[in-house]
Amino acid sequence: MCDPFAVTDCALIAIATGEKAQNIREMHNRLMRTYDDGVMYYHFWGGLLRPHFVDPEYQNHFAGWAYHDLHDRRLAEKLSIINPAHYASIDELRQEVVEVFEERMDEDEAASRSEAEHPFFFMRSQIVVFDTRLRVARPEALAGLIPELSLGSLFYHFIDARRRNASGGDDFTEWLKCWGDRYHSLAEQIQAIDPYFNSLIELRENLAVCFASHLETED
Amino acid sequence: MTEMLNQYAPIVGENVIDHLRQLAEPLKGMKVVHVNSTREGGGVAEILHRLIPLKQELGLDASWEIVTGNSKFYRCTKKMHNALQSNRTDISPDLLQHYEAVNADNFARLKDLLQEADIVIVHDPQPVPLLKFCQARKGKWIWRCHIDASRPFRPVWKYLQNFIRDYDASIYSLPAFAQPMPHPLYIIPPSIDPLSDKNIALGAAEMDGVCQTYGLDPERPIICQISRFDRFKDPVGVIRAYQMAKAFGPPLQLVLAGGTATDDPEGEEVLAEVTAAAQDDPDIHVLLLPPDAHRTINAIQRLSAIVLQKSVKEGFGLTVTEALWKGKPVIGGDAGGIRLQVVNHQTGFLVNTAEGAALRIRYLLKHNDRLQEMGETARNFVLENYLLTRHLREYLTLMVAIVRNSADRIELTF
Repeated sequence: MCDPFAVTDCALIAIATGEKAQNIREMHNRLMRTYDDGVMYYHFWGGLLRPHFVDPEYQNHFAGWAYHDLHDRRLAEKLSIINPAHYASIDELRQEVVEVFEERMDEDEAASRSEAEHPFFFMRSQIVVFDTRLRVARPEALAGLIPELSLGSLFYHFIDARRRNASGGDDFTEWLKCWGDRYHSLAEQIQAIDPYFNSLIELRENLAVCFASHLETED
Repeated sequence: MTEMLNQYAPIVGENVIDHLRQLAEPLKGMKVVHVNSTREGGGVAEILHRLIPLKQELGLDASWEIVTGNSKFYRCTKKMHNALQSNRTDISPDLLQHYEAVNADNFARLKDLLQEADIVIVHDPQPVPLLKFCQARKGKWIWRCHIDASRPFRPVWKYLQNFIRDYDASIYSLPAFAQPMPHPLYIIPPSIDPLSDKNIALGAAEMDGVCQTYGLDPERPIICQISRFDRFKDPVGVIRAYQMAKAFGPPLQLVLAGGTATDDPEGEEVLAEVTAAAQDDPDIHVLLLPPDAHRTINAIQRLSAIVLQKSVKEGFGLTVTEALWKGKPVIGGDAGGIRLQVVNHQTGFLVNTAEGAALRIRYLLKHNDRLQEMGETARNFVLENYLLTRHLREYLTLMVAIVRNSADRIELTF
């Protein structure tokens, strides 16, 4: 028997570090001395819980900046494919981003000094996590709850979890795994949801459809 | 007990309201004081009118105070405002001395409240020196900057910085506005209230009434800009854009509507420039509205096909948010917070010149399907990001973070 699923919620607030980069070289220099994990967290994950227009093409802030402000499509494409959940630590993720910028500087020295239309502002975040005191005993009950989840809860269990869980997966999948094979196909389908091309509201709808298609909801 | 909050549930969802209640739990009973310089006119006052009662409903002991001054004080603070927005405006030592003296007087009046407060949030430059006089403060002090201070005129900024650096945190609408400080620089965009008179849905009769009162023809396309008569909003540029677009044929009408705030002494001068530029064109309607004409403004935005906000400097641009919420694409100046809200070809267009604005007016009037589509995207964008409930959530998060000494990850246990 699995432990009940503890529904947790969170709220996030953004903080400007006061650092900015106006071109690739400056970006590289800043990233080389960015030891605050919160900065990478914000630019890959945290920003999703902040007011933003969902970019239909480039989700992480580095790729978006490369495309919209540097107008460097090649660089934007390379940055956009980085999946932060694939790195064991934030520092490894940072090194990967640094390498992509280094590679671009090697390819095109002139491009590395081109001024961006708008600078990249380095940010970090503070996240307040709180227990909703809501416990869900079975996956069927969770299915009924998903459409009602706050966006903070959704972010915590579906996005933030990728950094917390050793597997790099979300909390829903992790919990379903402890039920053995019974919910295997549901877990697989949840894992297949790409969290980066939707707003959190759309993501919640995707998840709700996914749960509903596999389970009969129960109150 | 939570009547007012519940009214937002049909718009934003019950879960958003529950989320706010839980987040506010650890702040219950705390004395939170907001201080600014006007209760009427301008976005700051509008936000505070709604935020304070909501915080009270959530159990915080929230209050709102204003600093009062004479015309000399407002002359000084207007210069500060302009200087923060990069105008090279020197302020005489005499004016600065007066500015500090007025703040000292206001502190004497508010002393007990400010000293006892758990959190004091000071808005914009007018009340900034209050902290200097509050030697026996108990709580945390936060400076909330609503202005585009990305390139401030340095001598004036240096003067203000001496007061601001002693605060425990500051808040800006955009990262670009944040100036380095020895304390956390929080980023919180402002918001609009979907239930306020300015944003609530209006009936056809009321809209017709506004058309009749101001001589607008609902059968012909209307474009508008709603803002104070302020040079940074470029109302004359809007008139030029209208004239250029109209020369291509559409039977346009332009409404320039705004008021003057009690802390803005330049309004009348700019209004005269606008009237002169309008050249008695009967299709240009320059409306100087009283500060409580919220429903009229609401109707004008809803009657318009396109809303303009051609500012050359902008803090955030709540009039943009209001227009987007009403499903109107916005043609906005490529400045400040407008950039955050107007996404090219998605929610409107960013422009740099009157010519650019004229081009986009013509495009949208010609492509009604795109106009409708962009309007729908715009409304959803505001629903998800710029309503008061999001703003309140961020204030609560900040307050929790700051009273718990700003760890990156704060786990609350009740």
